[in-house]
Amino acid sequence: MPRRTHIQTTLNGEEIDFLCEPRQSLLEVLRDELGLTGTKEGCNNGNCGACSVLMDGRVVNSCCVLGVEAEGAEVVTIEGVADGDTLHPLQQCFLEEAALQCGVCTPGFIVAAKALLDSEPDADEGRVRHWLAGNLCRCTGYDKIVRAVLKASEMEEVSA
Amino acid sequence: MKEIDYLAPSSLGEAYAALQNGKTSAFLAGGTDIIVQLREGRKEVDQLIDVKHIPELVSYAWTDDGGLVIGASVPFAEIYEDDEIVRRLPCVIDCATLVGGIQIQSRACFGGNIGNSGPAADTVPALIALGATLTLGSADGARDLPLEDFFTGPGQNVLGPGELIITVNIPPQPANSGSFFHRFIPRNEMDIAVVNVGARIDLDAGGERIEGARISVGAVAPVPLFVAAAGDALVGETPTEDSFARAADIAAEAATPITDMRGSIAQRVHLTRVLTYRALDRALERAREA
Ligand SMILES: Cc1cc2nc3c(=O)[nH]c(=O)nc-3n(C[C@H](O)[C@H](O)[C@H](O)COP(=O)(O)OP(=O)(O)OC[C@H]3O[C@@H](n4cnc5c(N)ncnc54)[C@H](O)[C@@H]3O)c2cc1C
Ligand code: FES
Ligand code: FES
Repeated sequence: MPRRTHIQTTLNGEEIDFLCEPRQSLLEVLRDELGLTGTKEGCNNGNCGACSVLMDGRVVNSCCVLGVEAEGAEVVTIEGVADGDTLHPLQQCFLEEAALQCGVCTPGFIVAAKALLDSEPDADEGRVRHWLAGNLCRCTGYDKIVRAVLKASEMEEVSA
Repeated sequence: MKEIDYLAPSSLGEAYAALQNGKTSAFLAGGTDIIVQLREGRKEVDQLIDVKHIPELVSYAWTDDGGLVIGASVPFAEIYEDDEIVRRLPCVIDCATLVGGIQIQSRACFGGNIGNSGPAADTVPALIALGATLTLGSADGARDLPLEDFFTGPGQNVLGPGELIITVNIPPQPANSGSFFHRFIPRNEMDIAVVNVGARIDLDAGGERIEGARISVGAVAPVPLFVAAAGDALVGETPTEDSFARAADIAAEAATPITDMRGSIAQRVHLTRVLTYRALDRALERAREA
């Protein structure tokens, strides 16, 4: 049995602890140890952004972070984006604008877009496209995603 | 990934001790190169030493004479969000904003880009153009060395087994100096450079004559190149299309690229000439604004 390390972290606002092997990525820990399967694995090498989570307020690819690095950090995953049963404006707008097809890229896009709108609620189309360059989608052609993000940015809840 | 130990030293002393425990090590900064390399079996080590808890590596500061000392592990996002760096050293921003997308820039850093020592590393030609040096540290003490002397081959460098990069040091830039970095990739974002070029131009007080120039080219040789001869050819010249074209020719002659899926030898040599010329032109603009 490989040695496992005890990690304490804040996950979606809750203080939790877990055990993991140093070689496990944060993505593996989230999905396999903690059962949070909203965060997706696309490429597992940093290129696609499907595994995006917020770590201490910055958006990172959780496949390029080790689980042990979460010690003392604040992590937010797609599961932490909605407010109870109330969808985040981004989630609502992705539905309304049909900004997804297979949906594998969607949690990553929403988490990454949330990081943008949290810091720049007035981001324009160019800024949104640039910011989301690290998120790949094989289905939508991106346009509907960008429209959904821009629509969410116009909603009061986000700009407030 | 095979089983691995994880250490997170909170001081340089602890890091040096970890390097001497008899195990093979790699450093973990942003992890955007090393985690994937370990997972894919392209590299194997006994332990990862996380360098992000060492104070010297995660902070940066201006020196009294106007230089900038950047801890090896400061993420690019932290650098380009600093308005003073944006204003005073735009060439640093040119490269820091180009590495990967937002997710990568949240974590990736100069120490990792340099430590990985890839021939196409985007921050390197920019930093060489600026005249950057590295401060390397080990249990035996610290040493400084020009960045261009760091690399010995693809993925290889002069670091001793007990040594790490502490800081990247950008010296104060002359009064009428400007620098610029850019790269060619087949799309707008997120790719490895086919060729990348950093250039710096120092003008005399009147802004008429070139007093110094530094040109560095990446992805055209086993290591990033500092083409001293190309810069030297500009000294004493006026900044004209002719003098820039001559310098660009010298840079292209220094290139010894390979053909791979990103570009052919002929294309890379051509790009070296074109990108060098344009980098000089943009560096000149910045020198005139300085
Ligand atoms: C999707 C994607 C896009 C990318 N795009 C680009 C790009 O456009 N341009 C580009 O140049 N690169 C790119 N990269 C590569 C990578 O992101 C950069 O090289 C980055 O700067 C590495 O930094 P890091 O902190 O993540 O390094 P890490 O992965 O943590 O470390 C990389 C190497 O450096 C060594 N190292 C780290 N810190 C030190 C230190 N203090 N002293 C000595 N050695 C040290 C490590 O041992 C390791 O071998 C990309 C990677 C991905 C996954
Ligand atoms: S799964 Fe992490 S970037 Fe693709
Ligand atoms: S909806 Fe299928 S990858 Fe984006």
